[in-house]
Amino acid sequence: MEREQEYVLRAVEERNVTLIRLWFTDVLGQLKSVAISPVELETAFEEGVHFDGSAIDGFSRIQESDVLAKPDPSTFELLPWTEGGTTARMFCDIYHPGGAPFEGDPRHVLRRNLRAAQGDGYTFMVAPELEFFYFADGNPAHKPKLLDSGSYFDLTTSDVASDLRRRTLSVLEAMGIPVEYSFHEDAPSQHEIDLRYTDAMTMADQIMTFRLVVRELAMEQGRFASFMPKPLEGLQGSGMHLHLSMFEGDDNAFHSQGSANPALSDTGRKFLAGLLVHGREITAITNQLVNSYKRLVTGYEAPIWVSWATNNRSALVRVPVTKPDKTTSTRIEFRSPDPSCNPYLAFALILAAGRAGIEGNYELPDEVTQNLFELSTDEAKKLGVQPLPGSLSEALDEMEKSELVFNALGEHIFEWFLRNKRNEWNSYKAHVSQWELERYLPSW
Amino acid sequence: MSDKASTTGNEAFAVFPEQPPAELVRFLDIGGYKWVGSNHSSTILEQTGVDGDEWSGAIVAAADNPDEAWRFCRELRKRDSPIEPLLVVISGTQLADLQSRSDLFDDFVITPFHPDEVEARIQHLLWQSGRGARPELVIYGPLTLNVETYQAVLENRPLDLTFMEYELLKFLATSPGQVFNRETLLNRVWGYEYFGGARTVDVHVRRLRAKMGQEHASLITTVRGVGYKLGHSRWQAT
Repeated sequence: MEREQEYVLRAVEERNVTLIRLWFTDVLGQLKSVAISPVELETAFEEGVHFDGSAIDGFSRIQESDVLAKPDPSTFELLPWTEGGTTARMFCDIYHPGGAPFEGDPRHVLRRNLRAAQGDGYTFMVAPELEFFYFADGNPAHKPKLLDSGSYFDLTTSDVASDLRRRTLSVLEAMGIPVEYSFHEDAPSQHEIDLRYTDAMTMADQIMTFRLVVRELAMEQGRFASFMPKPLEGLQGSGMHLHLSMFEGDDNAFHSQGSANPALSDTGRKFLAGLLVHGREITAITNQLVNSYKRLVTGYEAPIWVSWATNNRSALVRVPVTKPDKTTSTRIEFRSPDPSCNPYLAFALILAAGRAGIEGNYELPDEVTQNLFELSTDEAKKLGVQPLPGSLSEALDEMEKSELVFNALGEHIFEWFLRNKRNEWNSYKAHVSQWELERYLPSW
Repeated sequence: MSDKASTTGNEAFAVFPEQPPAELVRFLDIGGYKWVGSNHSSTILEQTGVDGDEWSGAIVAAADNPDEAWRFCRELRKRDSPIEPLLVVISGTQLADLQSRSDLFDDFVITPFHPDEVEARIQHLLWQSGRGARPELVIYGPLTLNVETYQAVLENRPLDLTFMEYELLKFLATSPGQVFNRETLLNRVWGYEYFGGARTVDVHVRRLRAKMGQEHASLITTVRGVGYKLGHSRWQAT
């Protein structure tokens, strides 16, 4: 048995852990869990835990449905908010009973792409800005009720929000998730927490944990936290801007001593060019809901055009200006993703797009400095910028044509995702909305 | 002279002076150690121990009467089978005296002391001399790491760490004040088989700081352009 596994076994004993949750993520980015007791842990390390994958979105296969979850001991953490006995969790990698990695496992997809980058000497680092709303409840039968507007919670809202903030931060930190800036609000009841950069695998795990912690703690207070990209018409949506960089050993491969403002190296420029060239193809994964495309509209600081700039909040990619002596902070900010995405798959595709730019020596187009929110389609054409897909359907069309996405995701997830999301789109397409009734019923 | 029934082990200590400072007496009695206080090494050397237990070592309070105290140390050391290990209790102003007397003691502690620190140092000394019944501890300030059970405690609160976080913290705490660059930490803590890149160290340091909480996060400091260190060397005034 490895030392790391031994360490976990010991910690379970020392800390009187009574339940161990084995976590993994389905293809759509939902967290799944199998609970085992401490006595089963040693076997789980040695042999893995068998379960029937057919109930998990994206895990079903035609011939066999049995899969094996093997806990990753480096992800062992106690869940500090649970009551009545100590609960711990570990993320799992999913395998076939024969021992080969399971193609439907998003963690495996990301690992495969990270290994490829590591083969070239690169470590991919990510820091997200996570936005979400607190609502009075999660009942979809009525419009979400904001916590801090109107009379709904007049007396207590600020207390509730600040209590939630404090507790959320302390739980995140206790679980080893360092927070960079905590909480600010754009729309009423909306919050943002920025996490400090880590390697992409750690960050994908952290985002899964983060979404659970925020929701669980809100629930504890009788509130509801939502990462839905656009829960309310007329208000800012929730995005997940990603700050990206690649390190070669100790050095930031995106930083160039020579070029100033931005201090983006040749490698950084090519990576950025890769994101622009393949940006439309990967959007179905970075923005995977029908609802995601209601955030990507004019007027709310969400990107619509495939462009880049040093300081333009309407661009898809922003290159923040950094202090010249802080070489590690040179980075690019990818602004389209939203917090409903599957972070493993999103990171895998972003990395694949960036690497394609590096390997293919893509040339970076000029930055677009004018405000793109006011851009007409004709003007865009003149500037040579393309729009991001306007709907899930369009994004799926782009994805389906993409060899890059096919290779990065692998055939299993690529095909399952398209099938599943086409169904989602078809179901939405057949839906008659309130908007249509109000608009058309009186006149037609 | 005092003789207290042992509750925690069979350690018996020769102590200087005959009437040690109250702080030290309290520590020894609460800790359940057997001990004999004396101003003269000859009194100690005539005995082989206390109540049938051989000397486990000596504790010399040197703050009040340093000349006599150092003489006592020297005499214990001169013997063919010296009484070891030897812990001296000094005042902060005596730090300079230590350098010329390295041969006379095995470890030191500054008075006023925290009982936990003296306890930890004694256990560490006993462990080094092969007599420790208790596990090896790595101690720095509010931080205690039990190397045997992998437990980490910060200000009496258990710190839940992953294996690599624990190993990194242990490595840094073992050499307080020493600056390590990322490459060294990667090689020494993670081993050569790890290929995640030097930024892994940064990520783990951040996670450690987060878990230690704001109050203690500065225990690990970033030395810009070089790497990381934990706390201060014990030779540095803090």
